[in-house]
Order: sequence, then C-alpha cells, then structure tokens
Amino acid sequence: MTEISLQSQPDLLVDYDRGEQGDVDTEELLINMGPQHPSTHGVLRIVLRCDGEMVLEAVPHIGYLHRCAEKIGESLQPFQFIPYTDRMDYVAGMNQNQGFALAVEKLAGIAVPPRAQYLRVIFGELNRIASHLVSFGTYGLDMGAFTPFLYAFREREMVLDLFEAACGARLTYSYLTVGGTTHDLPEGWVDRCLEFCDYFEPKIDEYNDLLSFNHIFVKRTAGVGVVSAGDAVRWGLSGPCLRGSGVRWDLRKALPYDGYERFDFDIPIGRPGGSDRTVPHGVVVGDSWCRYFVRMEEMKQSLRIVRQALRDLPGGDHIVPKFKKNKTVKLPDDEVYLEVDNPRGQVGFYVRGDGSAIPARVKARGGSFCNLSITSHVVRGCLIADVPAIIGSIDVVMGEVDR
Amino acid sequence: MTFEQIASLLRERFAGAVEEVVPQATRPYVTVAAERWPEVARFLRDEPRLKLNFLRCVSSLDLLAEDSLAAVYDLATVPDAEAEEVLSCPHTFAVRVVTDRAAAHIPSVAGVWPAADWHEREAFDLMGIVFDGHPDLRRILCPEDWVGHPLRKDYEFPVEYHGIPGTTEHELNSPRH
Repeated sequence: MTEISLQSQPDLLVDYDRGEQGDVDTEELLINMGPQHPSTHGVLRIVLRCDGEMVLEAVPHIGYLHRCAEKIGESLQPFQFIPYTDRMDYVAGMNQNQGFALAVEKLAGIAVPPRAQYLRVIFGELNRIASHLVSFGTYGLDMGAFTPFLYAFREREMVLDLFEAACGARLTYSYLTVGGTTHDLPEGWVDRCLEFCDYFEPKIDEYNDLLSFNHIFVKRTAGVGVVSAGDAVRWGLSGPCLRGSGVRWDLRKALPYDGYERFDFDIPIGRPGGSDRTVPHGVVVGDSWCRYFVRMEEMKQSLRIVRQALRDLPGGDHIVPKFKKNKTVKLPDDEVYLEVDNPRGQVGFYVRGDGSAIPARVKARGGSFCNLSITSHVVRGCLIADVPAIIGSIDVVMGEVDR
Repeated sequence: MTFEQIASLLRERFAGAVEEVVPQATRPYVTVAAERWPEVARFLRDEPRLKLNFLRCVSSLDLLAEDSLAAVYDLATVPDAEAEEVLSCPHTFAVRVVTDRAAAHIPSVAGVWPAADWHEREAFDLMGIVFDGHPDLRRILCPEDWVGHPLRKDYEFPVEYHGIPGTTEHELNSPRH
C-alpha cells in the first residue's frame, strides 16, 4: 500500500484505472447539486458526474436568476438604470453603482466634483469590507464552521447602519449615481465611520485566529481547486480569484478610477505555505485558501483607504450641481467600456449611446460570471466535499452571474 | 503601445482584415473582418509587443439600421506571473466583428482565450450570433427551449411560456414600449 503523505493533497487520479478495479464494479453517478442548495451561494446548479466520491466532471448550469437587465437598460435613462445595477451583485451594490456611473460619465464627458470622488471611494471600500465579511462568514458556514458567520454579520450590521444613515437603504443603495452621489453625508457620519474603523481593525486578526488558521479549515481548503496564474488569466478570472493565483493585478492600481491613485494601499496576493507561520503548511498558490485569505487581507487594505479618504475628504458639491434638478444626460453616438475592481472581480460596463438620452446597448460584464466559468476546469478529479470549498472560494453571487 | 500604433501594426500585418479604425471613439476600436478574426486574435494574444492575453468582455450589438449584428471584444494585457511592479500603462484594445443579421456567423475564439467560451454562449443566447467552431454552443442564461433572442431590437416577448403568461391583455392592447 502506498504511503499517503499527510502534508500535501494526494493526487487522486494517480492510480485511477477502471480496468484494475478487480471484481469491484463501479458505476458513474450523476449528482445534481442545486439550484436549491445551502452551499451554492444562490441559484446555481452543478451536475456532477462522479465515480464514488470522486468527481470526474462538473457542468454548471446558470440562468436561474436571469432578469435580462441589459434589455431594460435599452429603455431607461442611465440614472434610472442605476437601481438595476444594484441588483446584479446585490452584496456589493455601491461598487456596482460606481462602475456604471463611471462608464456613463466617461461616455458623456461629465467631470465629477472631488468630494463625490472621495465619497465614492469611501462607500466603495466600506462595501468591499461588507462583501468580504459575507464571503468569509458563508465560506465558514459551507465548511461547517457556524460561529464566524454571526461574527461577520455583526460587523456587517455596523457597515449597513452607516449606509442606512447616508442613503436610507441597507442593500440596494442606488446611492452612487451618474454625476456623484444622491445625498451628502449626514452630520456626525465621518466620526461614526472612524469609530467603526477603529473597532473593526483588530477584529480581522481575531477572525484569522478563529477560522483562517484553523486546522480543519486549512485541511479542507489548502491545495483544493488549484488554479495556476496562466490559467487564471486565460479564463478571465479577476479580483481575489486572480490575485489568489499570485497575479498582482488590481484595476485600482493599474487603471485607476475615481482618484484611487491618491491613496496608499497594497495589493495582497496568494503566497505558498512554508516554514514561516503566516501561511499554513500545505497551501499552494492558487488554491481555495489563497483566494479566501486574499479577501481577509483586502479588508485591512480597505480600512487603510477609508481612513485616508476620511482624513482628506474635501468640501464642496456631492454631485454635479445641475444634476440636483435634472439628471437627464444626452449620450453621444459613441461607445465606452469601463471596468472597476469590485469585491468579486472586475465588473465592466459597455455602454453604446446613439445621440439620445437612452443608451442603445448596455452590457454588464460580471466578475462572478467569468470566475464561475473555471469551475468545470478545476473541479476535475476532486472529491464531492471539495466542490463547496471551491465554489465558496470563488465567491459567486448569482445576481451578477445571471444579471 | 498606443491605440494608433496597435491599429497600424494590425493594418500592415493583416492587409485587408482590418475594415475600419475608429480612434475618435471614447473607447477606440478597430473593425476586423469575421473570416480573418481568429488569426488576428491569435496575433493579438501572442505578439510579444502586445500580449493581449486577457479577454475582458464580449458584448453583442444589434445594428438594426445596418441590418447587421456585431460582437465587440475588449482585451487587456495582464501580467501572468507575479510581477513586483504593476504595469503602469497597460495595453487595452477593442475589436468589433460585424456579421449579417440574416446569417449571423462569427468564428469562435474560444481556442485563443478560454474565457470566450461562456461569453460567446451568452452572445449566442441573447443576440443569436452563431460562433463557428465553439466547443459547446448552447444557451446559457435562457432556458434550453426558449424561442428567440431577447436582446435583438425586433424581439417579440412571448405571450406565454409553458402556461406562464408573459403579458397581460391590457399590455397586448396598449403596449408601452
């Protein structure tokens, strides 16, 4: 019997030869996972073709949440379409609004006042923290760890309280709109936000102690679903999925928008497990643990950005002054494609105008849509129990996949 | 390299394939003939000066006035190894491929960028562009038995689907759009 090394993920396909099964007759089984399933992060259906516990092939079927928002975008003015972008990646509504607003502003040649830019950055980064908290909590839940979920949502409540104070909504904000933000900050908001930053910063290390370096969690996620850097780029992965594979690519640094070049922050990437205690032994660059841990590190960087933005927040208009009365914008017969770095990946908007106030085409490129496409490639040869680990580490929101 | 430099490089390398260069657009693009698109795509990906290895998006476009459909490919260069310096001036590029509305066929580039797989399925599903050579061209967002391609400008929403009404009598008699 071959020695199975406990330190590394065994290669399950190494002696897979159906002919040598002897008198054990195995049959392939088609297992349907979803669309209602606690671990698929929404209405995702994956059909697994398994031999026993081992998955030979996984085919994802999507479209259960398809609402064809792009068709709706062809009959609404851009500022009316903003609420529809909220509902795509509904966990990161602020970032979605920001992306579409930036695309329309670039197309129509609108210059946004500096205060609006800073506000957008603050709310975008706070939403990044809230979104990564959801990802962290639900990933723990998928792996069977029930405690981190409530801790994550307790902190997220504070962020949602801040959002509610600013715009009145907790999930579908429609706050960052074409030209700036719909409302200015209420009094005392900046102090409350700083209080939250001070409160939350030590919590991230607490959660790392609780979940990230937990032996069982590491065993379930290290070495699972490894995506090489080359594969990640070829398959169009972005966000923490791309950075978890060791590719230091972040649109906030490479193609900055909304003044991100003013802020000082780092881009965490996946690192291999080694002898130092910062990365557990057994972790391979591009595995599920790396993708997950990049999100934990990104929360720390987001706090840095929020603090800098709050410190430097200028006065002035929160929106282009003439938009306070009339938000109608004439779109030229021209096109634009603009991507922003959202918590789940790069979200791009292609807007084609035709001279009127209503666009001829609005296309939304969802980060989760592209990230999910690698599932069939990466799940081959893993165990059924690894499938939730991989899906959870990709962190999909079906609203963004299906739009 | 700037957009003009990339466009003229394509023009000299693939004489006749580049139909139109639009540098004045907010996001400039070139139009490439459909039958030459895969070789141009391979060049864009492999040429050392460009290395446009990241397919960002494939957007389908309905040009009803010109009786054609188009697919717009947005590309970027992403360092695929751990680079300590993030590229300060990354390449981005956009290519439009136009085809007839009546027989909408564009050769697939899923062999060049695997990311194109799902994007082309979506363009087929919602706009009805058939991508020749695609490994698995079937609907991705709409149900398998859906009729029609929703994003086309002349699309008629079905009155009912498996017994579920798609509209009301009021809408049928006095449509708003």
